[in-house]
Amino acid sequence: MGNFQKNITAAKETAKQFAGGLRDLGESIAKGSWKTKVSILIFGFAHILRKQFLRGFAFLAGEAALIWVIFGFGWKYISKFGTLGTSSGGYNPDGTISYGDNSFFILLYGILVLIAFVALLILWSMNLRDSYKCEKRLAEGRSLLGNKDDWHSLFDRNFAQTLLTVPVIGIFIFTVLPILFMICIAFTNYDKDHTPPAALFTWVGFENFRKIFDFGSAGLGSTFFKVLGWTLCWAFFATFLNYFLGMGVAILINRNGIKFKKLWRTILVMTIAVPQIVSLLYIGKLFAADGLINLFLMDHGFIDRAIPFWTNANYARVLIILINLWVGIPYMMLIATGLLMNIPADLYESARIDGANSFQMFRKITLPYMLFVTGPFLLTSFTGNLNNFNVIYLLNKGQPKSMSLSDGAGATDLLVTWLYTVTVTNNDYKIAAVIGIMVFIVTAVISLAVYGMLPSVKDEEGFQ
Amino acid sequence: MSKKRKIGNFFTYVVLIIISVIWLFPFVGLVLQSFRSYVTEFGGMVGYLVPKKFSLDSYIYLFSGECKFIRWYLNTLIIALCVTAGQTVVVVCVSYALSRMRFAGRSFLMRTWLILGMFPGFLTMICLYFLLKLLGLTQAGAVPGLILIGIASSGMGYYVCKGYFDTIPKSLDEAARIDGATRAQILISMIVPLSKPIIIYTALVAFMAPWCDYVFASYVAFGHSNSYNVAVSLQNWVWTNDYQGFFTRFCAGGILVAIPVTILFMCLQKYYVEGVTGGAVKG
Repeated sequence: MGNFQKNITAAKETAKQFAGGLRDLGESIAKGSWKTKVSILIFGFAHILRKQFLRGFAFLAGEAALIWVIFGFGWKYISKFGTLGTSSGGYNPDGTISYGDNSFFILLYGILVLIAFVALLILWSMNLRDSYKCEKRLAEGRSLLGNKDDWHSLFDRNFAQTLLTVPVIGIFIFTVLPILFMICIAFTNYDKDHTPPAALFTWVGFENFRKIFDFGSAGLGSTFFKVLGWTLCWAFFATFLNYFLGMGVAILINRNGIKFKKLWRTILVMTIAVPQIVSLLYIGKLFAADGLINLFLMDHGFIDRAIPFWTNANYARVLIILINLWVGIPYMMLIATGLLMNIPADLYESARIDGANSFQMFRKITLPYMLFVTGPFLLTSFTGNLNNFNVIYLLNKGQPKSMSLSDGAGATDLLVTWLYTVTVTNNDYKIAAVIGIMVFIVTAVISLAVYGMLPSVKDEEGFQ
Repeated sequence: MSKKRKIGNFFTYVVLIIISVIWLFPFVGLVLQSFRSYVTEFGGMVGYLVPKKFSLDSYIYLFSGECKFIRWYLNTLIIALCVTAGQTVVVVCVSYALSRMRFAGRSFLMRTWLILGMFPGFLTMICLYFLLKLLGLTQAGAVPGLILIGIASSGMGYYVCKGYFDTIPKSLDEAARIDGATRAQILISMIVPLSKPIIIYTALVAFMAPWCDYVFASYVAFGHSNSYNVAVSLQNWVWTNDYQGFFTRFCAGGILVAIPVTILFMCLQKYYVEGVTGGAVKG
């Protein structure tokens, strides 16, 4: 609940800032001098006349670039945004190629233009407000910051902007834009039958969402909920089994009187050091029907037929959780080893004097401390496991396929591995986009719900 | 030592030895099978661990002109080194700005990145592919393309590094500022040297990831074998059902990939542990 209130407060704060910004903007336009008023059209005009060349030309260049993006480059795309194109390309009767619309680029550049438009508004407002602020400063008889000061501020007062510009642009182009694009794709019919330029795709509203919740024979409802169920079940076991067993191994190695502590730890850490592409592919093949384990058992007459490790759904699921222990225990062991040393030894000493046995000490001292400290870690590792592509994909690619699952899903497929299959094998991009949005919703709901309940968030001082 | 304690320790040793055997078995198996010849013995999977005769046939094949393993290996190494350098610089810059400076939009930025991080990475694969294609960085240009993708969004992974920067007392900054140092000078000559462990951790994690990148690498380099990385080749060999030496080839290739990465990791293990434990507690 506390978290919820915090969000509300943050939202109110943002709204207040926004309203304040609008008021400033209105005042700048109303009370600014003629120079500032010209800046309404020509960004940075007032700055340049005041010899603030660095700022002035930055505003002007920004305006020129954004206007070019919107009108020069993007107009032919944004104007078709409503239909995503009407004439597909192809061969004319006389054999020449005709270049028609391309829904993909109409959508992608359309989003870009919309964003450029918002950016233009923000830049416009910044330019006017800053110009008016400078005028007020001059009126008060104070001097302006010169070009040199502006330049220096980029390495001092405004160093954050310098540092963040490139990363923010990178994230914008390679994460924000693609995510917005894929969210839009969820509302279109983009798939292998509608691949531009040969065949265009268009908006279909909530059709794809309806399909994924549809339990009829054509819908994906039963597949989706089966995969979601296994995803949650997997994330639960993968997180908590690794957590408790990893802690157990750390406690074993830390026991008084155990020698070669470093050796045991190094052996376990090998798992993290060797790239998973090598180790997990090898382990996956160990359990194959013609893999080392089955062949060994058959050669020596222990079994007649191969054990269906990967072809029986239940075997495969249990085996994947077990193999994930091999991956996860060392990692948890490292974390637990560091944390266990922080627990004051006199706590154990006084417990021992009071006659507590080891198990009681674990339950009353070690476990509460560990749960308190590693609460956020448990949450992130749970959401990480929801999206644990590598373990599933490298071990058995989500096999075995089954009749009860449609659209290429297998019994051990997580939502993310299914998303991959749907994208790469089926080229059913619209459904992939819907699955991706579902993964986001599941992750976000779990994170929000659990985050507020974490003891270390509720009560920061609790154990200090 | 009490008798009870001795028995307890005995069982602990038994458990630890069993654990060690299980954890080392795949590595031992991998090494041994990589020495099986695909010429004189069967090149697929077999029911025994120790080859009848040790041979270097699989390794010789990898280095012969018959396959482009050296090329793929160099591709991966180049990607890994560039991504490491780029990602470390980006993460340090972002972490410093978010840890030390307060500016308009700071919490908005952090919230947005947190939300973006909840979208699965493969969702945007097709869009990224077309973005790279526009830049001419697919198929033949896949290596620079993968470097670009590896670095571009790395700013979102600032948590561990920022958490470490937060523990460096702010009074140090203030003292330096009184002496006339700018923020940029503070970052370069004070924070970076003080944060050596976490920077090494960041670089190490960045270096290890490209060796495992099968999904995106195979998608971007599709059909253009000169641009493959080792992950793509290993995956292709393993999933080839024709056993003319593909499996032993995978084992040998895997060993060649694993050895340098493992040695590097073991040397820098100390820093890795520090980063992982610090990151886990802060969440």
